This record gives sequence, C-alpha cells and structure tokens, in this order.
Amino acid sequence: MATVTFDQATRVYPGAERPAVNKLDIEIADGEFLVLVGPSGCGKSTSLRMLAGLEDVNSGRILIGDRDVTDVPPKDRDIAMVFQNYALYPHMTVGDNMGFALKIAGVSKEERAERVREAARLLDLEDFLDRKPKALSGGQRQRVAMGRAIVRNPQVFLMDEPLSNLDAKLRVQTRTQIASLTRRLGVTTVYVTHDQVEAMTMGDRVAVLKDGLLQQIDSPRNLYDRPRNVFVAGFIGSPAMNLLELPVADDGVVFGGITYPVHRDILSAAGGSTVTLGVRPEDLKISDDGQGLQVHVDVVEELGADAYIYGHTTLDGKDYDMVVRVDGRRPPMKGDDVHVRPEQGHVHLFDTTNGLRLADTV
Amino acid sequence: MSEIPDAQWRDEPTDYDQTGKLPRLRATSTQSPTLGSLNITAAATDPELLDLPWDVALEFWPASALAALPRGISRHVVRFAHLGGSVIAVKETSEHVARHEYHMLRKLRRLDVPCVEPVAVISGRSSPEGEELDPVLVTRHLKFSLPYRALFSQTLRRDTLTRLIDAQALLLVRLHLIGFYWGDVSLSNTLFRRDAGAFAAYLVDAETGELYPELSVGQREYDLEIARVNIAGELMDLAEGGLIEEKVDPLATSELIMDSYRRLWSELTEKESFELGERWRVGARIRRLNDLGFDVEEYAIRAASDGTQIQLQPKVVDAGHHSRRLLRLTGLDAQQNQARRLLNDMDAYRVDNNPQLDEEFSAHLWVNEVFEPIVRAVPRDLSGKLEPAEVVHEVLEHRWYMSEREDRNVPMAEAVQSYIDDELRHRRDEAEIMLTADARTIGIDADSDYEST
Repeated sequence: MATVTFDQATRVYPGAERPAVNKLDIEIADGEFLVLVGPSGCGKSTSLRMLAGLEDVNSGRILIGDRDVTDVPPKDRDIAMVFQNYALYPHMTVGDNMGFALKIAGVSKEERAERVREAARLLDLEDFLDRKPKALSGGQRQRVAMGRAIVRNPQVFLMDEPLSNLDAKLRVQTRTQIASLTRRLGVTTVYVTHDQVEAMTMGDRVAVLKDGLLQQIDSPRNLYDRPRNVFVAGFIGSPAMNLLELPVADDGVVFGGITYPVHRDILSAAGGSTVTLGVRPEDLKISDDGQGLQVHVDVVEELGADAYIYGHTTLDGKDYDMVVRVDGRRPPMKGDDVHVRPEQGHVHLFDTTNGLRLADTV
Repeated sequence: MSEIPDAQWRDEPTDYDQTGKLPRLRATSTQSPTLGSLNITAAATDPELLDLPWDVALEFWPASALAALPRGISRHVVRFAHLGGSVIAVKETSEHVARHEYHMLRKLRRLDVPCVEPVAVISGRSSPEGEELDPVLVTRHLKFSLPYRALFSQTLRRDTLTRLIDAQALLLVRLHLIGFYWGDVSLSNTLFRRDAGAFAAYLVDAETGELYPELSVGQREYDLEIARVNIAGELMDLAEGGLIEEKVDPLATSELIMDSYRRLWSELTEKESFELGERWRVGARIRRLNDLGFDVEEYAIRAASDGTQIQLQPKVVDAGHHSRRLLRLTGLDAQQNQARRLLNDMDAYRVDNNPQLDEEFSAHLWVNEVFEPIVRAVPRDLSGKLEPAEVVHEVLEHRWYMSEREDRNVPMAEAVQSYIDDELRHRRDEAEIMLTADARTIGIDADSDYEST
C-alpha cells in the first residue's frame, strides 16, 4: 500500500496541438479511493495509463510511495489493473482461477494457498474454493475476477471503466462491492469513469478533468456544494445545475423580477457587468406571489415524492433550459408558466469572463 | 420478412465515449413486439438477421436457431447461428462495448489486419413481456478457422503449440505496428487457420482494444505480459482438464511468445549499422523481411557523422508479401505460408518446364496444369475438409514423401488420388469446425462450455 503522486505529469501525443494531460498535480493518500472523471477526451484514461506505465510521460514525474516510477515498466510497478481480463477457466477450481497468476510469478504453494484463502474470505467465496466456476452465479464470478487482483497484494489498484460491460443490475451491485472491498483492504485505488454518479458515489475524493487540465479535486460533498468553476458546477450533479448569465445591480443580481441580494464586495470582484449565477434544481422554489424568474414548463417528470420541471426561460434574448425540483403532490402542468426564485444562501456565483467561482458566502 | 416496421439500419460513426448520445427509437403501441425498438447498425443489410429471435435472451435461444459450434471461454454469453449461407457469432454485451468493438473491427479490417468481420450491432431488444435485453454484437464466423482448444485437443504435439504461439506473436506484432493496443491478448481471443503446416492467427475480440498513432514501449510490453499470463492460464486449464500432453509445460510454453515476439519486432523495426563497404546488407535485410512475409514500403538510410558507417531502419513494413505476390501472379487468395509454398512450386514448375517464359505467363500455366486439376480432383463431399490452398499444399507434400519412399518421380495424378484416399478422406470437416458429435469426442461439448456474464 502506498501513496500515489502525479507531479506536473504531462503527456503530449506526437502531432497534437495541446497536451492530452497537462501538468497534472495530484497527491493520493495511502488507502484512498480516488476517482478521475470528465467528459470524453478530458485526459482521465490517459492519466491512468501514465500511472500504469502504458503511456510515456513527456515531462514531470509519477511516484508510487517514495519511488519514482516514471520510467519503470508496467509489470514492475506493483499495480494491478482490475478487470482487464476476467474470463474464468472452466477446468480449474475457483481457488486456482484466483491464484494462477501467483504461480506464474513463482510464489510458493503455501503462500499461494494462504493468499487465496484470505481473498476468498473477504469476497465471501470460501465455500466455493474447490468448486469449478460453472457452479457460480454471475456476481460470484465477478468476485473471483476481483480475487485475481487482490491475491497479488498490489500497492495500487487501477480501474478503467470496469463496470462498462456489465448490465445495469450487476453494475450497481458491483459498484457497491468494489467501493466497500477496496476500503476494507485499504489499498490505494484510482478509478476512471465518465459517469459522474459513479464518481460521486464511490470516491473518497473526485478529480474532475477537462481538456487535459485538472479542474478541481475534492470530496464529493465539496464538489457539489462549492464547485470551483462553471465547468465543475455544470458537470457534477444530476439533473445539472441551472446556470444563467445575469445583470449586476448595486446590491445584488437581477433574477427576473427580483434582485437576489449579494454583498457589493463580492460583485465588485467580477470582471464584467454580468455574473453567472448557478442554482441547483432543488434550490429553486416556485414563488406564490408571481415574483422571480418566469419559466415555461415543457415537461413534468413525476417521481412520487418529488417532481422535476423541465422548462425554459429567456433572458436578454438568450434561451436557457431550466430544471426545477418541486413537490410531487402539487406539480405544475405542462404548458404552465411559473415564477421561481432561489433559496437564500444556495446560489453559486461565477465570474462570467473566466468562469471562476466568485465567493463561497452567497 | 415482408415488413420491417421500425427497425433501422444505420451506420453511426460512434466512438468509445459517445455512449448514451445515440438516437434511440421509442416503442409505441403500433409496433410489433419483436421489432418494436430494435436498432440495427450494420455495414450491409442481411435481411435474414431479422428472422433471428432477438426478443429472447441468447441463453434461451432454441436449438433450431443455433449452429452447433463450440463456445470458447468468454465472459459473455456467446452463441453461433446460421445466417444465409454463413455462420455468425452473437455476443451479448453492453451497448457501448458492442459499438466500440464493431467500429474497432471495421477499422482493423480497413487496415488489413486479420480479424473477424463485424456484421451488426443490435440494440433496443426486449422480450414480449417488455423486459429489456442486452444489446448484441454480431460477427461472421471465419470459415476454416479453428479455436485453439480444438487444435490442442485433436492431436497436440509440442511443435503444433510452438507454431500456434508463433502465429499469435506475429499477429501481435502486426497489431502493434499499426498502433493497436489489444489489452486482452489470449489464445481464446484468437482464431487460427491452417497455413501450409503452420497457422495464421486472426483477432476475434477487440473489446478492450484501442488504436493509437503509435504505441509506447510500455503498452507493447504490457500487452506481451498479458499474453504470457493468459496463455499460461489457458494451458494450465487444458492440463487440468487432461486435454494436452503432460510433457507440455504451460509456463515454459507461455514464455515462447516473448521470444518469438521480440525477435520479430527487432527484425522489423530495429536500426542496423554497418560499414560503408557492406552495402549488400541493405538488400540482405530486406530479403530477410520478405522471408518473414513482410514487404518494406519505406526505409531510412543515414550516413553516420564521420561518413564511414551507414544506418538502416525499415520504416513502413507491410505483412502479406507472399500472399500479395501470389495474388498478383495468379489471382489466388491464400495465407502467407500457403502462398510461399505455392510460389515455390510455381517457381520450380517454371524452371522445369519453360524457363524462358515470362513469370506471369508461366504462373498462369501452373494454375491451369497444377493447381486447378488438384482442386478439381477433390470429390464434392470432401470439399469441406480443408481450404483449397491447404489441400494443394498437402498434396505437394504428400507427393514429395511418396516419391522419396518409392524412389521414383510419382506422377501428380497418382499422388492426388493417393492423398485423397489415404489422407483427406480421414480428416474431419474444418469448414465450420465443429459440429456437436465431433465436439463431444474431444471434450468441448456443451457441458464443459463455460461462460460468465
């Protein structure tokens, strides 16, 4: 077990205009579960492959523990890529299926048996060790595959979209298992996904990347509550945060018919005459007095206790899609016009000129 | 199929990360339950595809829909079915994996890499009860191809194993040369075709693969490490099942791929330095590459700074040297070693019969007088045993041994008849290896099949 450090790590593909990963700085604590997330082409998989040794590092360093592994071949890095291959061999027992790679690595028979038993105990597979894989259920087979990585006692687990080829049911089940298992084992884990829900539910911390640049690395709670810029604000959360470009008044931000109060010092830090205001669907309330921003309801999605309104609004000639969470017992109807206002203290303000968060106290 | 209500044929250039953004049709009450929201991505329309029971989970497909081929080791449910005159492999997986693999296989085929042919991705499947079913990837089964388990189980000799691993190494080198990182190299993910006593390997599973402008050393080494571990695992499994000779050492055998790959890779790519006076070495290197079956399309020659040394590095090498020469001369399409064997015979024929004749013309005569008479001599009921080019190769071998044994020049017609009666008739059909009865005898019947999900 060990820490992992990306120190200004950069990868530039030959002929590319910009680096696929640009001066990445991340320090991952011993035993931490870190998720790399971002849209297609953001550099998350490239970062993982750099750590695995599958990509050259053009500048900067990568460390596992105190050891600089930047130029160390993949097989000597003491990492385990999970789910690279989990086809199970039909004639071998479950135990042999878990331990065969140790045999190849020259580990003694006694130690192999011990490590396999230990992994099987963790995975709840002890009773199956002498059986053939055919006797196992889908979920159990999945666990045997995890066992293969566990018995190797690696310093770091690397997982690149490991759930992408599972069906939806097994995906949710395996997600929970991976998260709890890696914590029980205390092995440092780096996990790549494009799915922000997966990222938020699994990670101790989540690193959001875009265009090869680290946007923010934080706990899931902080990413949600205090996104550092407009990109993170819009990427994290489902349904996504509403983001509107609004005019600045003396004592606040003009939100339709009302002014949302913001301290002058905060507003003066903004670079232009407008700011970008972000408000999550659950932080918008329908006003009974017709005050606030008018939203035309296009679709109502009823979920029982809650309902989501999907609508749109027009501000300064520009159309914005809006999502509002409302009480599921009294939702508006499709085609209605409603007025919404943000709850005080639940608004995020960003500088429109550079997308950066203006202040935390609004 | 007279009506195809709402199935859509389309070819979307989707890539790995674009899942979830694909247009999908919604089922409405006017649509048939089977084809309600079926979404088919295919390069060519095979209308018979729609006759298959897509509203049933693969696991429960009726025997009538299946072709009884052995199912290898796979983490997915895989079944073989008849489609028109050919056999298809159907694999249930997630939509983005299916699409990724479909497009990857198409790219690989365009790059002339030996791999299976992708037929379609079918998503939006649901049962008559409305239960959602996994999307499938459909590929065409490679005729005359053999899964390694069939080869090993038949009459496994140690040198068969070596040839198989050499073929796998050559495939890996070819993939790496074009920038393909496989990520899951194994014998299970490869199919083999006979190639004049050796084997030609074909990539079957591109699920984990990605194409890059160029591979790093780390990527190549890791692929090789995966190959070594997987091959050792696969052989240990066969040993456990009593399917290979005891003298085969899985670990030592799996090491062979490292040597075979490295030797080939350095011959194909390494820089070579020599004295100015040894210029013949340029030609020698190219001939060596030709012998290995590669053409050199571009190479760099640089004089070292003091002007006494020359550096040579092949830059673009292209597999298929012998196959291309055979195709150019005769129009025959054959594997690399088959082509080399046939070309040798063709060259000998020219020397013996008409050394003055133009190469193309002599090749034409050889096809008419040697190749075709042999192929035509094979009775129709035996034509599924081996590919024509392999039959000709075996007849030529047979004739040579026969002549040596009998110490006379055995006429071709006599050799052909003897080959058909003594050899070919006793072989199993390999066109679509292998039907259930046959499979059972070698221990890969349905019972010992294994799939995980």
